[in-house]
Amino acid sequence: MLSLDRVGKTYPNGVRALDGVTLDVELGEIVAVVGGSGCGKSTLLRAVSGLDRPTQGSVKLDGDTILEPHEQIGVIFQEPRLLPWLSVADNVGFGLADRPKEERDARVANALARVGLSEKAGVWPRELSGGQAQRVAIARALVTRPRVLLLDEPFSALDAFTRADLQDQLLGLWADQKPTLIHVTHDVDEAIVLGDRVIVMRPRPGRVADEIEIDLPRPRDRQSAAFDFAKRRVLAALDRSLDRTVSVDERETKTAAGQAMWW
Amino acid sequence: MSRFGRIAFVGCAMSLVQMTITSEPQAAVEPVGASERRARWVQPVIGLLLPVGLAVLWEVIVRMGLASGRLVPPPSVIFNTFLELAQAGELQRHVLVTTGRVAAGFGIGVVAGTLVGAITGYSSLTRRLLDPTLQALRAIPSIAWVPIFILWFGIFETSKITLIAAGVFFPVYLGVMGAIRSVDRKLVEVGRIFRLSDFAMVRRILLPAVLPAYIIAVRSGLGLGWMFVVAAELLGASEGLGYLLIDGQQLGKPAQIVAAIVAFAIIGKLTDWIVVIATAPLLRWEDRFARAEEG
Repeated sequence: MLSLDRVGKTYPNGVRALDGVTLDVELGEIVAVVGGSGCGKSTLLRAVSGLDRPTQGSVKLDGDTILEPHEQIGVIFQEPRLLPWLSVADNVGFGLADRPKEERDARVANALARVGLSEKAGVWPRELSGGQAQRVAIARALVTRPRVLLLDEPFSALDAFTRADLQDQLLGLWADQKPTLIHVTHDVDEAIVLGDRVIVMRPRPGRVADEIEIDLPRPRDRQSAAFDFAKRRVLAALDRSLDRTVSVDERETKTAAGQAMWW
Repeated sequence: MSRFGRIAFVGCAMSLVQMTITSEPQAAVEPVGASERRARWVQPVIGLLLPVGLAVLWEVIVRMGLASGRLVPPPSVIFNTFLELAQAGELQRHVLVTTGRVAAGFGIGVVAGTLVGAITGYSSLTRRLLDPTLQALRAIPSIAWVPIFILWFGIFETSKITLIAAGVFFPVYLGVMGAIRSVDRKLVEVGRIFRLSDFAMVRRILLPAVLPAYIIAVRSGLGLGWMFVVAAELLGASEGLGYLLIDGQQLGKPAQIVAAIVAFAIIGKLTDWIVVIATAPLLRWEDRFARAEEG
């Protein structure tokens, strides 16, 4: 289990990015984190990944305190961050350098097949489209079979069509290995498609404002009434988190937060 | 011979060598897409129109007796001088001596510049300690070193090679330091997520990331090496292409001077081209990028 206990982060310049975030995530659970800009979503992920240390509280994976990157925790960033001097296959196998070559090759081939990019194994990252590059990044993160995978707005730079496609692919990959996913996004639809729970954060300092269970069977139909209902609940929670005075009827389609998020 | 005249020639030769070295930097590794091919041939031809036209014009003017061509020899005379020097073995001897000096100074300068640049790039303490001094030394014009180097190292090879090495050192040092400092933090974080050791981080992330900038630094170092060898040879040498320049000036043989300048241009370009060709396999990932963009 991944436990965050009153995690806070104050930067040296005095800015409090995160304050008292407490969260328990079960193995295999998908937690989506949404919130306006500056609410500490990325700071939270950096603390969980071990890239930055929290200034208050602690992050624990099965009792181990996370102070630096952990082999059981993988990260997918907003940008693919592929190494441009390595072929696609070598990028995917980057975290397997200590394994025998046959094993590495087999696992890389398998991972590439699962993101549908087998034929791109030999090309350079520069030759990939944005969506393909992010799929390679997903393969690179999953090939080491981490128990926790952190995703920091991984699809935010992609067009809506590619984004929906990758959300479905990610769910397919998740179903294979069942890692714990913490998925930060600013896209409410994405949060509801993916998450077992949606954590709504509020800014200055970043805190958990609300938590919404999404009790819908997968695959989730983005057009269904239940989906729409969940979406309105999340949007209403976002409005409250931003202290909007708009009294949102949770059945109303348009909310201030929904507009603010998409603008 | 006046000192002023010498310096003017140094300037001339330098800018010519530099121009030929820096122009068309990617010529050897340019993409060969179908549509590119025509442009690739037509563009240099357009660039040749002016110099070839002027050369032909001057040749015609001298042949017609409208000008003597004594101080500005026509192309045919320069070509003949070039051939004569080559047939006598003189040209080869001077080229070998000069190239040897550049090679020695370039080797020392690249090694020193790489080491110091890498150390100051990694460690900000070392950078704060060394960089201000090195930047101050870099600001000193190269020729200013010559008298003191001659006093310290004598008038023979040591002072010349030291001068060239100093010239090569600075661009390599600056290039390596800057490149290491500007490696994308985001790629370094990828290495951290995969828990690379310090050594693995250098070998698998930092080194490949700085390679393109490093090769450019080495090439500009080589260009400066050729500039500095001229400075070194103009001020006291009995062999080398720089000596041919001085000899031509003192004996009133402008054709020999121009022939030596042409030789500088050719071997300067040639050595740069060798560096480009030798390093091209290391940068295929970049090259492919260009190909994908244009194809």
